[in-house]
Amino acid sequence: MWAYEKKLQYPVNIKNTNPKLAQAIMSQLGGPDGELAASMRYLNQRYAAPYAQVKGLLTDIGTEELAHMEMISAIIYQLTRDLTPEEIKKSGFDAYYVDHTTGIYPASAAGVPFTAAYFQSKGDIITDLVEDLAAEQKARTTYDNILRLTDDPDVRDPIKFLREREIVHFQRFGEGLRIVQDNLNSKNFYAFNPAFDK
Amino acid sequence: MAENNLMQAIQMYDFYLYELNLYLDTHPRDKQAIALFNKYNKMRESANEAYVSKYGPITATQFSGNDCFSWVNAPWPWERSAN
Repeated sequence: MWAYEKKLQYPVNIKNTNPKLAQAIMSQLGGPDGELAASMRYLNQRYAAPYAQVKGLLTDIGTEELAHMEMISAIIYQLTRDLTPEEIKKSGFDAYYVDHTTGIYPASAAGVPFTAAYFQSKGDIITDLVEDLAAEQKARTTYDNILRLTDDPDVRDPIKFLREREIVHFQRFGEGLRIVQDNLNSKNFYAFNPAFDK
Repeated sequence: MAENNLMQAIQMYDFYLYELNLYLDTHPRDKQAIALFNKYNKMRESANEAYVSKYGPITATQFSGNDCFSWVNAPWPWERSAN
């Protein structure tokens, strides 16, 4: 089960609104390499994880991604307070606004709604962990791209925190993959699938 | 300590603990990391208790009282005044 803690993992306090930037950052909520996809990827994959350390890792990183989802939503929420119809039209936020007002809806920056097709749960721990390593790098690149789009320190600060977490998760998943391989046939890692073959 | 400062202290301890938690997932026998985990867990606990007694629950089950269910009180985490 999960218990909610009424706080953000890292503070978000943005003074100036910026709906155009909010729309770009939205991709880290509901886009292809966003936090929702990350959380769902790890929390669904963990059942096919054959070793205790990797079960722990997928559970704990999948849980942290939920906290990241909340931080991204807080950033979008604060960037879209008290907008006038003129600001909405001028910034190009009108395409989002017409469907969602200023509610938070998981979609990519281009407006494509979130889909489970953004991630895989293959039931094979080597395959899953290699996807996870790639996912952390794709999210890191997205954060790098967001950092190039804004010089607002109130936005950059929490985005830099999130970017750093991708790097830490990549490191930990690399260790998870090493633990998996240490448990397999060293002459052929693919000789059997420990989640399926007996 | 002021509400925001106390909350920041908790967030700081939680960060140490989460970082150690993930590290310990893949290094479960690292005694030095376990000692750090235990140390920060204690510090987190006392900051948490101080916060809850002064400003209200962080998880719903920390609520105690008979009058008003303060769990629902503003601000919620995504609001600027909570940060």
